[in-house]
Amino acid sequence: MVNHSDQPCLVPLVQLQNISVRFEGVKALDGVEFSLEAGEIHCLAGENGSGKSTLIKVMTGVYKPTPDGKILVEGEHVDEMTPLEARAVKIGTIWQDLALFPHMTVYENIAITQILGNNPKIVNLKNLRSIAHDALSKLGVDIPLEEKVGSLPISQRQLVAIARALAQDCRVLIMDEANASLTHAETLKLTEIVRRLSERGISIVFVSHRLAEVLEISHRVTVLRDGRLVGVFPTQGMTQSRLSELMTGRTFANQSPRVRRANTEVVLQVVGCSRRGEFDDVCLSLQRGEILGFTGLLGAGRTELALTLFGMKRPDSGKLLLNGKRLRLRSNIEAISSGIAYLSEDRLQLGLVQEQSIASNIVAASLKSAMLGPFLSGRTLADIVSSWVRELKIKIGNAEDAINTLSGGNQQRAAIAKWLATNPQVLILDAPTVGVDVGARASIFRIVANLAKSGMSIIIISDEVPEVYFNCDRVLHFSSGKIKGEYFPQDCTVSDLERAVYG
Amino acid sequence: MGKFVRLGVAEKSLLVVILLQVIVIQSLSNQFLTSNNLMSILNVSSLNIIFAVGLLVVLLAGGIDISFAVACSVVQYVTASLMVSIGGGNWAIAVFSGVAVGVILSWINAGIIMKFRIVSIVVTIATFNIYFGLLMFFTRGTSIYNLPAWWTDRLILWEHQSEKGVWTELTLPVVVMFFAVIATWLLLARTNLGRQIYAFGDSLLAAERVGIDITRTYLIAYGWLGLMVGIGAIVQVHYAQEVVPNALYGRELDVLAAAVLGGARLGGGSGSVLGVVLGVLVITITQSGLNLVGASPYAYRMIVGAVILMAIVGYSRPFSSLLAKGLRKFGSGS
Repeated sequence: MVNHSDQPCLVPLVQLQNISVRFEGVKALDGVEFSLEAGEIHCLAGENGSGKSTLIKVMTGVYKPTPDGKILVEGEHVDEMTPLEARAVKIGTIWQDLALFPHMTVYENIAITQILGNNPKIVNLKNLRSIAHDALSKLGVDIPLEEKVGSLPISQRQLVAIARALAQDCRVLIMDEANASLTHAETLKLTEIVRRLSERGISIVFVSHRLAEVLEISHRVTVLRDGRLVGVFPTQGMTQSRLSELMTGRTFANQSPRVRRANTEVVLQVVGCSRRGEFDDVCLSLQRGEILGFTGLLGAGRTELALTLFGMKRPDSGKLLLNGKRLRLRSNIEAISSGIAYLSEDRLQLGLVQEQSIASNIVAASLKSAMLGPFLSGRTLADIVSSWVRELKIKIGNAEDAINTLSGGNQQRAAIAKWLATNPQVLILDAPTVGVDVGARASIFRIVANLAKSGMSIIIISDEVPEVYFNCDRVLHFSSGKIKGEYFPQDCTVSDLERAVYG
Repeated sequence: MGKFVRLGVAEKSLLVVILLQVIVIQSLSNQFLTSNNLMSILNVSSLNIIFAVGLLVVLLAGGIDISFAVACSVVQYVTASLMVSIGGGNWAIAVFSGVAVGVILSWINAGIIMKFRIVSIVVTIATFNIYFGLLMFFTRGTSIYNLPAWWTDRLILWEHQSEKGVWTELTLPVVVMFFAVIATWLLLARTNLGRQIYAFGDSLLAAERVGIDITRTYLIAYGWLGLMVGIGAIVQVHYAQEVVPNALYGRELDVLAAAVLGGARLGGGSGSVLGVVLGVLVITITQSGLNLVGASPYAYRMIVGAVILMAIVGYSRPFSSLLAKGLRKFGSGS
């Protein structure tokens, strides 16, 4: 065999050069570079909407970059990266949604490639089981092979997804927000597994916004912001605050928490509310004009509590008080008419009707106020729409355009407008900046601050700690369905809060 | 050796239901557990079971088909006309023609669903009307009785006369039904194509991510139903000795209900061959039992409807939790 390269070790395993991706004219990625060494744990860091997921989708052939971009695997140019090609060069991905089959067994999910292929063949179940068994023992975990994946806890499903990648003999493993829904202990275990994989020579690309864990585990970090490369840094000597600065482009030193506010009367009170398996004995109160933050890991019960306040779930025990009066919500219609509004975390599917017009979306929750006898008044509706478009500075062409023609930030403003049009006393914002670019985020929080000043009480739910730290008057930390702690941003640092949340 | 058959909630519940039915009907009528009655239940169920296993494959892939029963009548009519026009024909030509027409009609459904991305129930309700309309238009509702002798001569594969002189017969449809069940089970449980159908119906997103060919999977699922429709058409003509254009009209809902009763999940990804077979049997046994105890035939649909409703409520919340709830209520109420 002739060795074509004198120093093969210097060729990175995967190289992306000058990668740009456009969606309908908008640049999601702009001339980004990325390189991955064999056996390296490489973190891809950036805020929501910075282009992290777009980059990994380029690497796995889901998105095509513009023609001036190049993808090289072991120094060899790949003409066209496709999902099939990515599998051929042994790049495996563990998507955030895991791409598992819930009604199928663990072993079939792991050995999935054995049941693929277009030519009919008999499946050798024994073979499937042994492949699955080997992959799981490489990971050093024990999961019953015959179990249906849908009945496993999320942390084990994740391991099944990793085992699937191992069974395909991957050299590169991309993990998209793999720890977003894991507890600290589970994350530690995952970290341990990732280390072991790296020792076997498998390269890992870690996409995460939990900085502490990322810094602890990875060798290098590539930071993206607004679709551009900020830089590639060794994690040795990198601090969390420095990384936050690189990601956001803001120094937290310059940003300060909100000014301490004087107490006002209590608007909403939650007294000992529990819902089995979701949250347990939650007590909290929300004052007029206060911005209260809920933070904690995914699955800590924050969203479930919010849905209970919004009448979409009923507590097993405990009570809700609004302005001192007992509140019994049988549906979200009652919640809306009592003055509680909830902005869904899933803007794409639940928050907005994507195909419908901007106008229809904005008035969707406040049709009652536009009734003229039994009919809707077109003029009143148009007035509602135009006043909110003006008020929230939503950038639109025509109010009759479909809402999915707007950018993430403008869509979110339209979604907020929808709830403001119901004239709420309490506005709950669940993950309001997901998929919203950095510039637009600041303006959304300015809107929120103004609403609070006008006397509206606001709850912000977010798993990005700095977001609640810098934008709330008070922050509640949720963990496994309980309130673990209460923090006043003026009395602690952002790292105190991050330490509490991420352990 | 591992467990050969793993019973799910639906299969277990249906086995219990069948057992209860047998005990009740037998104690009321004393005629249920006779070889004659049992064999007649199998004879009556055969066509529905052949349909049901075909439909199961489509349901698993996340589709549905309302048109297959009238498609089966179209297959019968086309094949019978062909046999008459070529002056007799034989089994081989009839089966070939039946399967070809059955698969083509089924692929028309699949093609429209895939090409125009329309929900399968809407497409197949439309083709149900088109197929039935065409059939009634061209036949003017007339039946075919002068079928070739090879087709209608009774093929009795096993028979037995009891001491009282009652004949018990194992007929062709039952044997074909057994093969259809085994073949479908092999396809679904033991081949890569069958597992892809399960995976596809379980999570479309995940199926796309792992690289399952969506169009192909859909064509295989609908093609299999077409195959079952074609085979079912030929044996049904043999059994009924005639071709009546509207004989199977309405059968699609009976079969669909039986499949759902058997645990096939609308929307795909879950369901078993054993389950749908038991589902069909429960319905036939109910019918037979009502007959034997002399209940009004008008009560039949009502009771079948109630059985299906109860079963589906039962599957959607595990029996154990219902039971626990019931007990708690009972405990606190006393």
